[in-house]
Amino acid sequence: MVSQINTHAEYLDPILIHHRHNACDLLQILIAAQDHYGYIHSDAIDHLSEQLQLPRSKIEGVAGFYSFLYLQPNGEYRVLFSDNITDRMLGNTDLMESMCGQLWVEPGKLSEDGLLSINTTSCTGMCDQGPAMLVNNIAINRLTHERVNAICELIRERVPVSAWPAMFFAIEDNIQRRDILLSSDFQSGSALAALLQRGTVETLQEVKISKLRGRGGAGFSTGSKWEFCRAAMGEQHYVVCNADEGEPGTFKDRVLLNNFADMVFEGMTLCARIIGAEKGFLYLRGEYRYLLEHLQAVLQHRRQQNLLGNGILGLSDFNFDIEIHLGAGAYICGEESALIESLEGKRGTPRNRPPFPVTHGYLNMPTVVNNVETFAATCLISLQGGAWYAGIGTDTSSGTKILSVSGDCERPGLYEYPFGVTVAQVLSDCGAADTQAVQISGPSGVCIAPDEFNRRIAFDDIPTAGAFMVFNQSRDMFEVARNFVHFFKHESCGFCTPCRVGTSLLSNMMDKLAHGHGSPYDFAEIEKLNVLLQSTSHCGLGHSACNPVLDTIARFRPAYEMRLAHKNFVPAFDLDHALSQARQMTGRDDTGAHLERSHESK
Amino acid sequence: MNAPVKKLKVATTSLAGCFGCHMSFLDIDERLLDLVQLIEFDRSPLTDIKHCGPCDIGIIEGGLCNAENVHVLREFRANCNILIALGACAINGGLPAQRNHLSLAAILEEVYHAQHGLVDGFIPNDPELPLPLDKVHPIHEVVKIDYFIPGCPPSADAIWKVLTDLLAGREPELGHGLIHYD
Amino acid sequence: MSQNKQASFTLDGKTIPYAEGQTIIQAAMAAGEYIPHLCFNPEFKPHGSCKLCTVKANGRQTASCTQQPQPGMVVESDTTEINDERRALLQMLFVEGNHFCPSCEKSGNCQLQATAYELNMMSPHFDQFFPDRPVDASHPEYLLDFNRCILCSLCVRASRDVDGKNVFALSGRGIKSHLIVNAKSGRLADTDFTGYDKAAHVCPVGVILKKRVGFTVPIGSRSFDEKPISATPHPTVKGA
Repeated sequence: MVSQINTHAEYLDPILIHHRHNACDLLQILIAAQDHYGYIHSDAIDHLSEQLQLPRSKIEGVAGFYSFLYLQPNGEYRVLFSDNITDRMLGNTDLMESMCGQLWVEPGKLSEDGLLSINTTSCTGMCDQGPAMLVNNIAINRLTHERVNAICELIRERVPVSAWPAMFFAIEDNIQRRDILLSSDFQSGSALAALLQRGTVETLQEVKISKLRGRGGAGFSTGSKWEFCRAAMGEQHYVVCNADEGEPGTFKDRVLLNNFADMVFEGMTLCARIIGAEKGFLYLRGEYRYLLEHLQAVLQHRRQQNLLGNGILGLSDFNFDIEIHLGAGAYICGEESALIESLEGKRGTPRNRPPFPVTHGYLNMPTVVNNVETFAATCLISLQGGAWYAGIGTDTSSGTKILSVSGDCERPGLYEYPFGVTVAQVLSDCGAADTQAVQISGPSGVCIAPDEFNRRIAFDDIPTAGAFMVFNQSRDMFEVARNFVHFFKHESCGFCTPCRVGTSLLSNMMDKLAHGHGSPYDFAEIEKLNVLLQSTSHCGLGHSACNPVLDTIARFRPAYEMRLAHKNFVPAFDLDHALSQARQMTGRDDTGAHLERSHESK
Repeated sequence: MNAPVKKLKVATTSLAGCFGCHMSFLDIDERLLDLVQLIEFDRSPLTDIKHCGPCDIGIIEGGLCNAENVHVLREFRANCNILIALGACAINGGLPAQRNHLSLAAILEEVYHAQHGLVDGFIPNDPELPLPLDKVHPIHEVVKIDYFIPGCPPSADAIWKVLTDLLAGREPELGHGLIHYD
Repeated sequence: MSQNKQASFTLDGKTIPYAEGQTIIQAAMAAGEYIPHLCFNPEFKPHGSCKLCTVKANGRQTASCTQQPQPGMVVESDTTEINDERRALLQMLFVEGNHFCPSCEKSGNCQLQATAYELNMMSPHFDQFFPDRPVDASHPEYLLDFNRCILCSLCVRASRDVDGKNVFALSGRGIKSHLIVNAKSGRLADTDFTGYDKAAHVCPVGVILKKRVGFTVPIGSRSFDEKPISATPHPTVKGA
């Protein structure tokens, strides 16, 4: 036993030293531990518990929360198929079935030889180049049968993922329309220099004048947020960049971090100067960990340029540095208070609010949490002034918005527009034809039909974090909603009763309709559940879990009505199938050994 | 002399139950005499009528553990205007549902093959026998149920209260002391 | 208080005074008013997870255990609409676990059951999940029956904040959330849990039970046989 524990100490100790035995880094430590060992061994938890002075119940509790952490062996090759509706539309189900067949493994189970596991995961942010998968958390896109066959061969031959053909890991930016942000030729340090020249308070004033609103979707005034945080009392202030881009259909942060990381980090540094923070975090979703080395290099370069670290640009009172924290497969961590919990090394459960992060955030200290795109935009404002920025877009929604366009269109990718652009314009630009519906801002956003395509992308019309999924007339909007409902069930944190149980009930009800057991009774049940989830859930996830169903019922009711195969209530399960085990055990197959699938009662 | 009141027809049955709810029903004692002035029984263990005809009220004890239970429940639903789930087993599966965390195959194996003392055991396969469902289900998962009287068993007073409320055309309500799950 | 007039809000039309820092449910309970709840326990910091205590405060639905009142706030609680929602939340809790009251020693003293009585829950309404949850009988004095867990985390909070032990924690996520104990074996016997712990006495349902003392109080005389939960939300359990 001693030697086993020593084995774990061998790889854990350097990780612990790297993280200064800081219990707040628990999630980061667990991710690193799993990277080394493949899963989090029970003995490893003992060692971490002792070294971090944490109860093992807490460590297990945290590890058990995140989809990408495993407490049991899960194979040398851990394959996760992205299962967003856009992946479905591109045929991921067939590909996964084929892979499972070729490698003799059941979805969600470890192969008998312990070599691999194959499962699905929530949208990996590659909708413009799907179907996508993660292998040991590294993204592979544009899956075809040919590519899947090749991957099966590599796994059978036990070729390490690092030695797989580089072309498998190619990720395109697909920037299709550039406006002020995506076309900017940003020079490192220029926005900071502008701040120093103008003055800190004056720059905050410019951010307020710009009327910039948060790009994560909620649209809170960035200037006000920074001002509140600056005014809030606390020993330390913190800047957090939310790069947990988990909303299915969204992938703009992926591209921003790949091409404009310098600008994002500089925006964080502007914020740090304004609110008086010395430490910042970039919370990077686990699906984007392939960006980690690149981002670390950008940070290192900024340190070398004296744009990060102590005495930034020669000012003795300007100290700020940024640490990157990885997520591990939990959509809920995109909610700012859950993100902060996760940064503190805890389960990503949204906090009770108030108090809000601006006064009680990371370690209960005043904290600004902003979206990647928001921070990048502040650099433009520092450089060109608030009035210039406010002049772009609409009255209530200044500046530009980057849309992540995917689904049924010729040119998926990023489209940056001044706010106020119509949905019709975007559809025309991306080459969408015969469009039946557009899902804007992901499953928690809105689904609109052609008679609303003249609506505008703006906070007072259709606010969005960026997702723009296009569905043509051939798509079944019921199946779209069902995919989204399953997403919410998978991602519910489980804290509050309505969301924890309600998202499961809603999934079951949608499955019941899908399996042909629907009746008007079930339809009424779904509508009742919608109301309950919206009125009693703890956070936005529960509130919006019903949106896809509500929107599609309102606009595509026939897709539901065709599923109401029965006039009266029928069971959700197949009664005849419920006798199959008994038939098998008794060898009977007489009429008495069967039950009619359904029975129309009066 | 008053014209005879048209009596309401009531059917009762016990599916995967223990007849405890029926015993509790009989526990309404001398009030039964008042009750038979108002109702007459169709299919019921009390009458030994084998199939139910059109009824006003059907009372079901027990959940669904086999194919026959499903047939009987469907017969009741098809013939009764109002269907009442009586007792814990009908409402949430109750004691029989405690097998639900085991696979049916494992249960049959254990009972007919593996159990100590069995020699040449075999799983009965006579077509006369109803086949067990893989899980025990509450009855509202299979047909629409109009009213529920919880309890294991529900007290005679609770049963009396619901029936008299219904007979009087009131929405049944139990309230503290009468509503209980044990 | 420098001012004579204490701040107050109204709960279903009744004036409820409150002190700074009190939440709606705390002030209501201090005034002898009942708002249904499960994860709230007056001895602990409000948690806000079960949502049974949902009320309408100035027209907006919110958990009354975490929501602080404002002067003159109009709070609605005992309305058909809200009670219907509470009943649905209870039904969710009942189908999520395995709540077989007739065999449970906590029956009659169970807050989940009594709250369901209070709200006239006649059936679980939804389809049962029938989850497969084990029982941990390893500890010589105490039994853990996870079938009945409603994830209120009172034992987690009591063990961590009062006992300083962290015997209990939640793991998993979403519908797979579950209670775990602080032992490599996963068994209560291998933790430092004792019957003197606060955590041994806070479970509102029948998960954490002392062995060999069940069913000591006859049916008819148990806490919620005598009075509904609205009259005594947190009675001292007899025979414990």
